Amino acid sequence: MATTERRPILLDFEKPLAELESRISQIRELAEDNDVDVSDQIYQLESRAQQLRQEIFTSLSPAQRIQVARHPRRPSTLDYIQAISDEWIELHGDRRSGKDDRALVGGIARFEGRPVMMIGHQKGRDTKDNVARNFGMPVPGGYRKAMRLMEHANRFDMPIMTFIDTPGAWPGFEAEEMGQGEAIAYNLREMFRLDVPIICTVIGEGGSGGALGIGVGDRLMMFEHSVYYVASPEACASILWKDAARSAQAAEALKVTAWDLKSLGILDQLLPEPIGGAHANPIEAADTLKQALSQNLNVLLELSSEQRRSQRYDKFRQIGVFSEG
Amino acid sequence: MSLFDWFANRKKTGLVSENRHEREIADGLWTKCERCDVLTYTKDLKANQQVCPDCGHHHRIFSGDRIEQLIDTDTWKPINTQVAPEDPLRFRDRKAYADRIRDTQAKTKLTDGVQTGIGHIHGEPAALGVMDFRFMGGSMGSVVGEKLTRLIELGTHERLPVFIVCASGGARMQEGMLSLMQMAKISAALERHREAHLLYIPILTHPTTGGVTASFAMLGDIILAEPEATIGFAGRRVVEQTVREKLPDGFQTSEYLLSHGFVDKIVPRTELKQTLAQLIRLHRPMGQVAIAAKQTETARQVETVLKRSD
Ligand SMILES: [Zn+2]
Repeated sequence: MATTERRPILLDFEKPLAELESRISQIRELAEDNDVDVSDQIYQLESRAQQLRQEIFTSLSPAQRIQVARHPRRPSTLDYIQAISDEWIELHGDRRSGKDDRALVGGIARFEGRPVMMIGHQKGRDTKDNVARNFGMPVPGGYRKAMRLMEHANRFDMPIMTFIDTPGAWPGFEAEEMGQGEAIAYNLREMFRLDVPIICTVIGEGGSGGALGIGVGDRLMMFEHSVYYVASPEACASILWKDAARSAQAAEALKVTAWDLKSLGILDQLLPEPIGGAHANPIEAADTLKQALSQNLNVLLELSSEQRRSQRYDKFRQIGVFSEG
Repeated sequence: MSLFDWFANRKKTGLVSENRHEREIADGLWTKCERCDVLTYTKDLKANQQVCPDCGHHHRIFSGDRIEQLIDTDTWKPINTQVAPEDPLRFRDRKAYADRIRDTQAKTKLTDGVQTGIGHIHGEPAALGVMDFRFMGGSMGSVVGEKLTRLIELGTHERLPVFIVCASGGARMQEGMLSLMQMAKISAALERHREAHLLYIPILTHPTTGGVTASFAMLGDIILAEPEATIGFAGRRVVEQTVREKLPDGFQTSEYLLSHGFVDKIVPRTELKQTLAQLIRLHRPMGQVAIAAKQTETARQVETVLKRSD
């Protein structure tokens, strides 16, 4: 993960923090040039910066959290796979559409000694890569590749781990022509049929049906600053408020955070992030992910495939709020 | 058509009675075809299942009419009629969701966007779900998800074929992620129904889009559609904005999906009931066909004996 070396990309609410940090380095330079000991002052300023960072990141609004979730430096699926596995062979193609979808990647990894199928949405690391990855928005071929790999995992008794990070399925002409709806629908049904354990983790942005298309599993985990929504707040604002500028309000109303999903009975486990977000310390975030995957996998491996399938059914079966009688 | 397009296209209907015909249209005696403008006697239009006798245009119908058209008289047994929506997110856009529910219920006399039940289709028992576009654009929230899931589970338990008439703009945003998860919940129930080797057929009507298309609408063993319905995942406007060019005529219609291999057959509304009955019979295992034939034969013999004894 070579993201830490580069110049940081600042979100608007991080600006007070950035100012403080630049003051610290100015003082440090001055002190060095003039050979003065300012370690006390530096220490004080740094603990203030740390406190400020903590304050900012523990009180993010849903709209701010979405900014963190979409942060260009946020660790991606391939970053995490690299960090948590000992071996990795990426596999390509759905064997049907004649085109490999680079917005949805998958392959076999060795995870704590065990072969595991890892699949996830892949956003680009820079502008050029983002164009090649279509900003992490898959076409039907991507979902069909994912299904092909999951079938493979099922045959060879490999657990499946999926990583969700997409603004949504690609709403383009060819995607419609090739059956975007059918491709997602098929995965939703078939993932209930698979015998092997399935653990899904939202690592960034969970954009609606495009996220759910690889999101049916025995466990759903979410990083602290990830979001998961039925419609993007921008789309929701323009449809319900008839005003795309109301997206912050829509983000609030849609209940998109991990805490919201936990209270709605959808999320199983929230993964804490390093202060400042996963991009501030990707190694620490990857460690958290690895531990959580390992713990859940060990629990799921204790069950028979029938038990897993029936619990997976029950997990989704109980979602919904209504009255009766 | 997505919900977005639907809201944008919604026109205010204000009829001005300038001449006798217009007055009679306003009175409801005559109905003007949306497509060809030809006037049809409203009773005749109803008898023709709201299909224009002149141009074949399928006017929009709602769940009550649909059940009447598909199910044999006096055989409809509605289920789960008490399942009603809540407001788990305390959602408010320009109007509070709770008020929207109450007003829509008052206007439509429906509890939510789908009616489910068991009934006979030309004598064949079946589980049927019918979505209703009047109820917030047929959007799918917890109630639609729960009622369809229970319908499919009942179908699996009773070994019945399941039919769902789709008409929806997609997931109901006012219930947030609970709505999205209904897609998975219904698909799970369909997986068990399928494992049991039972028949599921969705009937796609205008419009079928978004989360409904990306779940149960596309999961049929056989998929039927009404002529000229809009069917798609992303709304046309969104696709247009994405590709930044005009889309071809007929994009995202039933006919388009048929030619692209995503729909098995386009069935005019007036032929739907007989087509469903035919498909049920074609899927009955041979053993059962033999049993049914034997039962008919026995019944015939019994009748003959009874007649003789008269
Ligand atoms: Zn007409």
